[in-house]
Amino acid sequence: MTLLRLALKSARFRRVSLLLTVLSIAISVTLLLGVDKTNKEAKSSLLNTVSETDLIVGARSGPTNLLLYSVFRVGNATNNVSWETYEELAAMEEIAWTVPISLGDSHRGFRVMGTTGDYFEHYRYGDKQPLTLKNGKQFDEVYDTVLGADVARSLGYSVGDKIVLSHGLVSADFADHKDKPFTVVGILEKTGTPVDRTVHVSLAGIEAIHIDWQGGARSAVQLDAQQALQFDLTPTSITAFMVGLENKAFTFRVQREINEYNDEPMSAIIPGATLAEFWRTISTIEQILFVISGFVLVAGLLGMLTTILSTLNERRREIAVLRAIGARAIHVVLLILLEILLVVFAGCVAGVAMLYGLLAVGRPIIADRFGVNLAYSWLDQTQLTILVSVILGAVLVGLIPAFIAYRRSLQDGLALKV
Amino acid sequence: MTVSDPAVIDLDHVTFRWPGQETDTVAIEELQLQSGEHLFVRGPSGSGKTTFLNLLAGINLPTGGKIRLLGTDLASLSPSKRDRFRADHIGVVFQQFNLLPYLTMLENVTLSCAFSPRKKAHAVKSCDIAASARHLLRSLNLADELHNASVSKLSVGQQQRVAVARALIGGPEILIADEPTSALDADNRDRFLDLLFQEVEAKSCTLVFVSHDQQLAKRFTRSIELTEASSDRTSGGEQ
Repeated sequence: MTLLRLALKSARFRRVSLLLTVLSIAISVTLLLGVDKTNKEAKSSLLNTVSETDLIVGARSGPTNLLLYSVFRVGNATNNVSWETYEELAAMEEIAWTVPISLGDSHRGFRVMGTTGDYFEHYRYGDKQPLTLKNGKQFDEVYDTVLGADVARSLGYSVGDKIVLSHGLVSADFADHKDKPFTVVGILEKTGTPVDRTVHVSLAGIEAIHIDWQGGARSAVQLDAQQALQFDLTPTSITAFMVGLENKAFTFRVQREINEYNDEPMSAIIPGATLAEFWRTISTIEQILFVISGFVLVAGLLGMLTTILSTLNERRREIAVLRAIGARAIHVVLLILLEILLVVFAGCVAGVAMLYGLLAVGRPIIADRFGVNLAYSWLDQTQLTILVSVILGAVLVGLIPAFIAYRRSLQDGLALKV
Repeated sequence: MTVSDPAVIDLDHVTFRWPGQETDTVAIEELQLQSGEHLFVRGPSGSGKTTFLNLLAGINLPTGGKIRLLGTDLASLSPSKRDRFRADHIGVVFQQFNLLPYLTMLENVTLSCAFSPRKKAHAVKSCDIAASARHLLRSLNLADELHNASVSKLSVGQQQRVAVARALIGGPEILIADEPTSALDADNRDRFLDLLFQEVEAKSCTLVFVSHDQQLAKRFTRSIELTEASSDRTSGGEQ
C-alpha cells in the first residue's frame, strides 16, 4: 500500500514525461482495438449483405463468382439462365419465393439490375431488415426505376428525374438506350450494401430497351419506347435468381437438386457460406493491418522503456534515500514495476476511451457514408485479450529497468550519485 | 542501555576490498562505540568513506573481520534481514538531497516507519506517528506551517534538519551522518550541529559523523581518520 502510494506520488511528480508515454501507449491500444473492431464490423457488414435468402442460383460457375456478380454486382455472369429453367425450378415445391435478377446494363458507372416487385418484398439485409423507400414508390411501369441511396446522392437525382441507361458497363454514346429513358419513381434508404449502388428496373424494362438489339448491337429496325410496349416483354433469360425456401432444412437438398439439374448447367450457392469463404480470402488485409498495429504497440512500449530508463537516472537519489530508510532491493523493483503498471494501465484506459470517443464521432459519418452501423458493443474477448497482452508486454519490458534499478541499488548502497 | 550492554558498534579487524583491487579500500583494526558516543570520522575524498558507511549500514559486507551492531554480526544476516536491520536500528543523513521531492515534510519523516515495524511501534508508543514526527520537527526548529508543505521549497538547512528528523524517528540506536553540513554555510552549520547534538543526546543515540572538515572534530567525544586509499571507486560519487 505504501509502495503504491509512493509510486503514485513519484509518478505524479514526473507526470509530463509519463503522460507522453501514456499517450503513445493509448494510441497503439486504440489502433489495435480499432483494427479489431473495424475488422469485425466489416465482416459482419459483409456477411449481412444478404439475409433470409437461402440460395442464389445462376448458370454454372464458381461460387465466389456467382456471389460477386449477383450480390456485389462485381464481374459478370459467364452465362445466363433461360426463363424456362427459371420457371421450372421456381415451381419446386420446397421453394417459397424466388426473385429473378438480370444484370448487364449500367447507368453512369452504377449497375442496372432488372428484377420484379418481389425483390422489394423478399430481399433482406443485415438483421433481416427489408428495403425501405426514402422517397416515392416501387416501380410498376416498364420505364420506371428505383435508385439505390448512393446512386441518387452521388448523381443528385430525385423522384421524377429522367435517366438513360447504357448498354454494357461502359457509358458510351453509341451504346446508350437514349430512345427509352426511365423515370425515377423511388429512392431507397441507405442500407450499407451494394443495393445502394444499384439502379433497379423491372425485367420488362430490361427487355424493352433490348428489344431492338441483337447480340450486343443495335439492329436495323428501331423501335421507340411506346412501340416496344406492344411486344411481349417476358424475358428469354435472366442472370440469376434468389431463392427463399419453405423450410431451411431443405437447403442442401434443393441445392443438390439444382446443381444436378440436367437441362442446363446450374449452380446454387448458400450465400452465408460463400460470403464467409469470401471473407477468409480478403481478411489478409486485416491481418496485415493488425501486424502493423502490433508494431506500433512495440514502438509504444519501447518508448515507455526509454522514458523509464531515462528517469532511472533522476531517480537514483530517490532510490538511495529509500534504501537508506530501509527499503529492500525488492521494494525498488516493485516501485519501478508499479510505475510501469500505472503507466500502461492508464494507457489502456485512455486508449479504450479514445476508441469509444472516435466511435461516437465517427459513427454517424460512417453510417452515412458506408451504411455500416458500428455497434457500441462493450469490449469482447479478443479485445480484452489484446489489453491483457499489452499489460503483460509492458511488465515484461519493465523487467529491464526494474532489474537495472535493482542492480544499481545494490551497487550504490548509500552513495548518492548526484 | 547500560554500560554492560554489548558495544553499539563493534568493528574487529575489518577490511574491505573491491573485487579486482590490489589494496584494501577500508582497513580498521578495532573500533568500539558505546551507546550515546559521538564519533567523528575524518575522511577526504577517496578515503573509502562511502565504503565505510556502506559497511556500517550493512549494504556491503567486509571482506575480512567482523562488524557487530548491537551485538548482531551483520554477516550472519541474509541481505533482506540486513535491510530490515538497517531500517530498524539505523538512521541516515546524507550530504544533500535527503528528501523525496514529491512528499511533504511530514510524509518524508513518517516514511521511515513504513519500512520498519519496530520504528513504527516506537513512534506510536506515546502518540501516533504523525504526532511524533511533528514533535521531532518542532524540536528541530521546523514550524508547524511547514509540515504539510512540499519539501522542494525548503532551504538546504531546513532540508537537512528534516533529514535528521527522518533519521531519528522511531528511535534508532545508530545515526549515520555523511557530510550533512557540507552544503551549509558556517552559521547554518553551527546551528544545525547544535540541534543535531541536542536531539541525539536526548535520545542517547550513537552518532557516526563523517566529514572532511577537521574543525568539527572538537565537538565530538571520539574521532578517527580514514587513511587515503588508492581506490577511486569509492570516491566515484563524491564531489
